[in-house]
Amino acid sequence: MAAYIVRRLVWVVFLLFMITLITFVIFSVLPSGDPAVLRAGRQPSPQLIATIRHELGLDKSKPVQFIDYLGDILPFLGHNGVDFGYSYQNSEPVLPAILTRLPNTIFLTAGAVILWLLVAIPVGVISAIKTGSWLDRLFMTLALIFVSAPVYFLGLVVLYLFANDIGVIHLLPGNSAYTNAHGFFQKAKALIMPWCVLAASFAAIYARFLRGNLIDTMQEDYIRTARAKGLSERRVIFRHAVRAAITPIVTLLGLDIGLLLGGAILTETVFNIQGIGRFAYQAITDSDLPVIQGTVLFGAFFIVIMSLIVDILYAFIDPRVRY
Amino acid sequence: MTATSAVKPPLLEVEDLRVHFETDDGTVRAVDGISYTLERGQTLGIVGESGSGKSVSSLTVMGLTRSRNARISGSVRFDGKELLSASDDEIRSIRGDDVAMIFQDPLSSLHPFYKVGWQIAEAVRAHREVSKAQAWDRAVEMLGLVGMPEPRRRADSYPHEFSGGMRQRAMIAMALANDPKLLIADEPTTALDVTVQAQILELIERLQREFDTAVVVITHDLGVVAEMADEIAVMYAGRIVERASADTIFTAPQHPYTWGLLSSIPRLDTPRDEQLVPIPGRPPSLIQLPTGCSFHPRCPYVQEAHRRIDPQLQPVAGERDHVVACLLEQDVRRRLWRELQSGAAPSAAREDVIEGDAA
Repeated sequence: MAAYIVRRLVWVVFLLFMITLITFVIFSVLPSGDPAVLRAGRQPSPQLIATIRHELGLDKSKPVQFIDYLGDILPFLGHNGVDFGYSYQNSEPVLPAILTRLPNTIFLTAGAVILWLLVAIPVGVISAIKTGSWLDRLFMTLALIFVSAPVYFLGLVVLYLFANDIGVIHLLPGNSAYTNAHGFFQKAKALIMPWCVLAASFAAIYARFLRGNLIDTMQEDYIRTARAKGLSERRVIFRHAVRAAITPIVTLLGLDIGLLLGGAILTETVFNIQGIGRFAYQAITDSDLPVIQGTVLFGAFFIVIMSLIVDILYAFIDPRVRY
Repeated sequence: MTATSAVKPPLLEVEDLRVHFETDDGTVRAVDGISYTLERGQTLGIVGESGSGKSVSSLTVMGLTRSRNARISGSVRFDGKELLSASDDEIRSIRGDDVAMIFQDPLSSLHPFYKVGWQIAEAVRAHREVSKAQAWDRAVEMLGLVGMPEPRRRADSYPHEFSGGMRQRAMIAMALANDPKLLIADEPTTALDVTVQAQILELIERLQREFDTAVVVITHDLGVVAEMADEIAVMYAGRIVERASADTIFTAPQHPYTWGLLSSIPRLDTPRDEQLVPIPGRPPSLIQLPTGCSFHPRCPYVQEAHRRIDPQLQPVAGERDHVVACLLEQDVRRRLWRELQSGAAPSAAREDVIEGDAA
C-alpha cells in the first residue's frame, strides 16, 4: 500500500509538470494577445512596451521563461520560495489571489455535493426498485431535462424567476449577492440558487447512474442468495444491493469534487461568485498568463489528488481491491 | 401410503405446478404442470437440459419467481402448508429456515463485499433471536462442519480469498446453518473442478444424514444424481417426462429422452471405442412448444401420431412408482431399450423394432 502511494505521488508530480508545460505552450508559445501590449494601455510607445516586456521577463527565450516559472513555483528552488508570479493586469500576486478565492469555491462545491447526493441517492434507488412505475418515469424525465440543461441557461432562468431583485417572484438573493453577503448564514442564503443550479445536472447524472447500476446489481446471483436466506426485502435492497451499486459512485464523486474545486467556472460566472473558476475565466479573457497558469495548475492538482484519494479509498470500500 | 402419513403429510408435495412468464415475445411456459412428492430425509434428483424448467420449478418452491409477469398456478405444499398462496412474509420466514438453497456458481452467489462468516451469521440472525456473537459462533461451527480448515480464521475472510470448492462449502454452511428440513441444490457442482465435485456431493450426502434433511438436486448431469438420489424426475420442456427410483432410471428407463441422456454420459466400464450418442437438435423454445409430444422433433422413434397427441404421465405396467409420458407402446419401449443396451445405434434400434413390426 505504501509503495503504491509513493508510486502514485511520483506520477502526480509528473502529471502536474506535464500540465504546466502544456498550459505554458498553449498560452505563451502559441500566438495569443501580447501581454506587454495589453499591460501598456492605449497607444503605448515602443520603448514602454520594451520596458514592460523586460520587467515581465518576456524578452527571454521561451524555454528560459518556462524554467524560470518552474523555479518560482517550486519551494526550495529558484530564488523566492513559492511564487506563482504576478497578474499582468493589476500586478496582484497570483497565489494569494487564488487562496483568498478558494474558500468561496470550496463552500459552493461542498453545498452542491451534499445537495446532489441527498437528491440523487433516493431518486436512483426508488427508480431502480420501481422500474417502469410512474414515479420512475417522472424522475427519469426530470433527470433528462436537468442533464440536458446547461448551467448558464438554467442559472439565468432561475435568476429570472426567483432573484429578489430582477426575479418574477422575489424569493432568493440573486446575482452578486454572495460577494456582498456577510456571515455564514447570509452567505449560505446567497448560495441557495447557485447550489441548486450547480447540483441539478450532477444530481440527474448520479441518479441515472445509480439507477442503472442498481438495476444490474439486483440481477446478481448474490441478491438471489440474500433473498433465499429469507432476509427482508428492505435488507436485501439496502445492505446487499445498494452497498454494491453505490461503490462506483465514489469514483465519480471524487473526480467531480476535484473538478469543481478547480473552479465551477459557469456557476461562479453566472452568479458572480469570486471563486477560482470566475478568476480563471477572467484571466483567460484578459490573456493574463500567470493567473491562467496558476488556476489551471490548481485545478489539475485537485483532480489528480482526488483521484489518488479515491483509489486509496477503494481499497477500504471493496475488499477485493489490493495494492 | 400407511396410516401414519395421514397424520404427517409428505415434506414436499408439488401438484400440477405451472410457472408461465409473460414476455414481449409471448408466454414462456417455463414449468408446465409438474407433480412430485418428497418424503423427509429423501433425495429427489431433477434432471434435464438447460431450459427444461428444472431451476424455475425449485425457485418457485422458494417463492423466488414471484414477479409482476409471472403466472404461477397449481399447488406446492411444504409440511402440509400451501406455499403458493402464502403471503410474502410467510414464505420469507420459511425461506432460509425450513427450506434452504445452494446455487451453481458459488463465487457470484456470495456477496463480494462481506466476510463469509458475516454472511452466514446474517442467515442465522434472519430467523433466530440470537446475538451477533452467537450467530458468528454458529457460522464458525458450520464452516467447521463442512470441512473448512481453521474455520475461525476462514470466517473472517472474503469470498474472493476462497477456492471454488471452499466457496461452495461456505454456501452449504450458510444453507444448513438453520438446520433446514429441505435443501434445494441447484447444479451444486457444475461450476467446480471434477475432483472437487465428488467432495461436495459427498459432503451434501454426509450432512443430509447428520441433519436428516430432504434434498432436491437439480442437475443436467445424471452422474451427479446416480449416487445420491432415491428418486429421479427427468424434465423436458417444462414437464416431467419420466419419474422413477434412481435404480430404475439407470436399469430400465422407459423414455427415449432418458435413453438419450444416459447414452450421452461417458462411462469407464464400457469399451473405449463405444461412441457417445448425443441427443440431436436443441431444446425447444418454451414460447412455442412443438405440437403433440414436445420431444417429437428430436425423438429417433417418432411416429406420425406423436406430432398430434400430447402424451400424459402414465404408470408403467408391472412396476411400482414408475411413470412415463411416452406414446410408444410399452412393449416397443422395452425392446428398444434392450437393443440400445446391446450397443445398437438409435437408428438401428428403430429399424429393428418399429419398422420390423410394420413389415
